[in-house]
Amino acid sequence: MSTTKTLAPIPLPPLLPVGLLCAALRPVLDRIVRRIAARHPGIFARVAPYERSDFVIVPQELPFALHLRPDPAAPLLRAVPRTRLPPHVARIEGRFLLLLALVDGESDGDAAFFSRDLTISGNTEAVVSLRNALDDMDGSVAEEAAGLFGPPGRAILAGLRRRSRRA
Amino acid sequence: MTGGVPFSAAGELVCPAGTPAALRTAVEAGADSVYCGLRNATNARNFPGLNFSPEELAAAVAHAHARGARVLLAINTYPPAGQVALWREAAAIGMRAGVDAFIVADMGVARHIAETHPAARLHLSVQAAASSPEAIRYYCTHFGVRRVVLPRILTIPEIRAIRREIPCEIETFVFGNHGLMVEGRCSLTNWLTGQSTNMDGVCSPAAEVTFERAADGAMQSRLAGFTIDCVAGAETAGYPTICKGRYAAPHRPEGYYAFEEPVSLNLGRLLPELMAAGVHAFKIEGRQRSKSYVRQVVGAFRRAVDAIRAGQDGGLADLVALTEGQKETQGAFQTKKWR
Repeated sequence: MSTTKTLAPIPLPPLLPVGLLCAALRPVLDRIVRRIAARHPGIFARVAPYERSDFVIVPQELPFALHLRPDPAAPLLRAVPRTRLPPHVARIEGRFLLLLALVDGESDGDAAFFSRDLTISGNTEAVVSLRNALDDMDGSVAEEAAGLFGPPGRAILAGLRRRSRRA
Repeated sequence: MTGGVPFSAAGELVCPAGTPAALRTAVEAGADSVYCGLRNATNARNFPGLNFSPEELAAAVAHAHARGARVLLAINTYPPAGQVALWREAAAIGMRAGVDAFIVADMGVARHIAETHPAARLHLSVQAAASSPEAIRYYCTHFGVRRVVLPRILTIPEIRAIRREIPCEIETFVFGNHGLMVEGRCSLTNWLTGQSTNMDGVCSPAAEVTFERAADGAMQSRLAGFTIDCVAGAETAGYPTICKGRYAAPHRPEGYYAFEEPVSLNLGRLLPELMAAGVHAFKIEGRQRSKSYVRQVVGAFRRAVDAIRAGQDGGLADLVALTEGQKETQGAFQTKKWR
């Protein structure tokens, strides 16, 4: 891995203000997180001490960040403008396609940390707990999420993966 | 009762699993044996969100046995005085789950398992730091140890000499943490955090680790408030452990790695020599690593070992992207002058 890779921003609908984009993504992300929580209830035990904690995940090429709260009773995943991050216990930052590969079990988080492609700050124990919880999921989270939106969802995922392989 | 899949062939690949998903990944990638621990202080990777519940362990053993693989349970920390119940319970959980062997370090734990669960197979953990024939024979004679995991501080000729003088199998690390501290006796974490690697199973506990990034991209790693390294924007990083820290001293004001550099062991090219020296099993370090690491490293070593067994070149796939500091070494196995 290299810290010098640069990627063009992920194509997004033009001229859409970030606030509106975040609002538009809200039902999509809400559906995804509820589906993942319902299908993988076992992951919450690994992150239980931090189930009411707020994590901020910052994909570098995107104009927004993701706000995650791994609460089994009310899981939260929403997009927020990078200029208005909520109070959080920990922050995780990297290229979007790297973050996708980490969640998908296709990349190793420690290796990404060693290469400086992944940056974490805040409560390290919370980050490690979340990482281990996500890594105990079988199958592809990305495919599950994409599958929720039928052929268009799967096509977008395939495009992102092609982009990741080229990077 | 232990003993699901018999131990036999030399060149056994012993692989790490921090979660049930990692264990399944290891088995699928070709592990002969998978080692893991319970979610408590009885093992030396007692990290947040990691390890197995008793129910997960039982299911993992069934999964592995159905596919011809073994599960080894690490109970390789040292019980604090008067607090042995957790370690005894771990042994009972392992027996109920049907694990194939226990990896132990403490003599009391070894004695307890040998007496209470006489059918169990015992492996001596690297945490016991047994590096001489006399020490290893002691564990074999008194506790029935069947395999020793050697510290990573011996050359191949030294391993060959030890093999001739001991009655048990030898397992050596071939990939992952370089591990040069006198294992089982390292108190560096205890010194800064009050927690013990050897009794609590925590080396640089995550709750005590912080990373701070400066505007120029540099990153400071701190343990319990003490800065242990500061890497520049383009520099690779290592684990935030004291032994991998970089320190300024009067004679080295620019800062230097006082103990060891962030670097990973990779003995891929030495596998034939290790086999010829009498090493029975190859251990891959990294229970704290991801499924992706397990899949890539186990797969690479599976292909290499199979090629060597078939009389072919056992060339190993490039794994440097997974190494600490993105650097590899053959460490003491090649020469004790590696630094």
